[in-house]
Amino acid sequence: MKRDRTVMPVQEADVRSTNFLEVALGYSLDDAVLEASRCLDCKIPRCVAACPVNIDIPLFIRELKGKDVESAYFTINKANILPAICGRVCPQEKQCEGACIVGIKAKPVSIGALERFVGDYALENKLSSDEIIIENNKKVAIVGSGPAGLACAVSLRRLGYTVDIFEALHEFGGVLKYGIPEFRLPKNVVDEEINKARKLGVNFHKNVIIGKSITIDQLLHEENYKAIFLGSGAGLPSALGLAGENLTGIYYANEFLTRVNLMKANSFPNTPTPVRIGSNVAVIGGGNVAMDAARTAKRLGAKNVFILYRRDMDSLPARLEEVHHAIEEGITFNLLYNPVEFKGRDYKVNRVKCEIMELGEMDDSGRRRPMPTGKYKTFNITSSIISIGQSPNPILKKATPELVVDNRGRIVVDHHQTSIDGVFAGGDVVSGAATVILAMGAGKEAAVAMNEYIESLEID
Amino acid sequence: MYKIIRKEILNVDVELMEIEAPLVARNALPGNFLIIRVDEDGERIPLTIVEHDLKNVTIIYQKLGYSTKLLSQKEAGDSLFDVVGPLGQASHIRDVKRVLGIAGGVGAAPLYPQLKEYAKRGAKVDLIIGGRTKEHLILLDKYKEFCDTVYCATDDGSSGIKGFVTQVAEIVYQNYKYDLAIAIGPLIMMKNCVILNEKYDIETDVSLNPIMIDGTGMCGNCRVTINGETKFACVDGPDFPAKGIDFDELMARQKYYNHEEDHICKMKLSK
Repeated sequence: MKRDRTVMPVQEADVRSTNFLEVALGYSLDDAVLEASRCLDCKIPRCVAACPVNIDIPLFIRELKGKDVESAYFTINKANILPAICGRVCPQEKQCEGACIVGIKAKPVSIGALERFVGDYALENKLSSDEIIIENNKKVAIVGSGPAGLACAVSLRRLGYTVDIFEALHEFGGVLKYGIPEFRLPKNVVDEEINKARKLGVNFHKNVIIGKSITIDQLLHEENYKAIFLGSGAGLPSALGLAGENLTGIYYANEFLTRVNLMKANSFPNTPTPVRIGSNVAVIGGGNVAMDAARTAKRLGAKNVFILYRRDMDSLPARLEEVHHAIEEGITFNLLYNPVEFKGRDYKVNRVKCEIMELGEMDDSGRRRPMPTGKYKTFNITSSIISIGQSPNPILKKATPELVVDNRGRIVVDHHQTSIDGVFAGGDVVSGAATVILAMGAGKEAAVAMNEYIESLEID
Repeated sequence: MYKIIRKEILNVDVELMEIEAPLVARNALPGNFLIIRVDEDGERIPLTIVEHDLKNVTIIYQKLGYSTKLLSQKEAGDSLFDVVGPLGQASHIRDVKRVLGIAGGVGAAPLYPQLKEYAKRGAKVDLIIGGRTKEHLILLDKYKEFCDTVYCATDDGSSGIKGFVTQVAEIVYQNYKYDLAIAIGPLIMMKNCVILNEKYDIETDVSLNPIMIDGTGMCGNCRVTINGETKFACVDGPDFPAKGIDFDELMARQKYYNHEEDHICKMKLSK
């Protein structure tokens, strides 16, 4: 029996582009059971191997098919404490769904949508697993409360450790809070998922910048932490390095998104942090962050929001779904344009000059390389949002010279162990900007390595 | 929550608070700043750590915008929602013999820990301090504890000469030579100090206070062009050698949200 994929309802494009409410509305129980019935329950499930945290996907789908949502949740929860988040933001098409056998002849099982359904059900019904934790009274410190830190914290807590998470900002969640917009990942979902870690007994400390408020050395030698996990993410915006880049009206996506997502500038003046972009916004870049920035700009009321990207449509690194949503919401894609200069008046940007590119040979990334043509086009703008990537924040490195990083500022690790004894790292701070689930996978694996390390200390 | 231990009204516009924040105090050095949020949805406000002991930090703020006015409504015994730090690079204390501090208005607050550090290390220290009126010259008694000479300038002539700090400096330079000047105050004052000091071949350090969100190098709002290169005031500064700073660009960046600031003040504070 072949059945088409069960489509998740979404807000209409013309409605949603004027509000910050979530775009995708989620499955009903009937939708979920129907979609679950498309799963072939493979003997050797390729989806599990393709999942960075190896959720037992066929099992939870089988439980869902039997309308046993609770069991489905506990199955996921064993491998992934944040299903409501991952169900929304994982690039499933490249992971579980990309490996799904059903996908060979039809659309793969909508595993992400099912995971989200189960995650949301657990939050709504306040399911908790009543895990018994046997305290070992050994302290570990986690730097950063984003996906890597959270996953690492929960794994270590389950092993009995006293876990302290230190977050530099005033809210927990890292990129889940400051980076990903509300319309893609509602902040109350993030808070409730984090609450599950709190219920397990993980201690959360906000406003602590490791390397400044406390150094790594102080954590190890004055505060007696047995091991430290660095999961401080990739928070440093990459610059274009163009003339005029510091004119007013030019934002890095980090600032723009942080103003809206963390500081709630979309509610100004009810909240005191403003954001101003005007009517004509050029978003530079083609990744998920660029899509988030463009769609946020549209929701703030900008009439004309366009992407400037130096390659073609097929080369966009953003998830296909995000690109589709952006197009539906009226974002224009100006492709094969490479910005070369910002121009303005009285230090206020009003134009961006771009070189017109054409496609050349394949490059190392498997995409056709954009080649300069010597021809230019200038766009009138009221503001621009630069979204061309992030790298790790250098504060930790500056404060800890013995911490070895590579030439892009990424912490160098061997099996999650850094150059400093007892200090481990994972997530974007090691890989450079990647995905939520890869960071979670790294956090989980690092927890295993940290446990082994701490146990080895006691044998000596 | 972070408890306000003490509050002191320095003048009609400027107030001091001592706040309990042991994790900010623990590693604080002269030149570091902190960020506070007054309430749950509050703006993040960067302020210099003027003094600290093992547990408490002292800040001085001018009631200028919406959030500092909101802060001013808090009293000793109340609490602030967030305090984080210490942020920024500690002041680079140079090996010099004779230092001139130049403070404009509330700039006397960030200058204080730096200048005091120079005095502590044995430099001979003088101060030119300017403000609107006599009562706007803050921290005078504390400065006098370590400054050899304190020169004053006020807009209305109620203390010292009637005029700008640069006018005083021009007179002082006729008689004394300095290895270093540290100028902290409004951007236009710092710009003019730098122009004057270049004429007299005196190196100048300044402390910048551009708009910031996170204060950890994440947002890039605080960027400043120095000799054609972009620096982030929050992590590369806030103190910089003044040579080559594009003050005009900084002034434009500082004013970007003035309209919004007026709007929220009128809407929420006019009663």
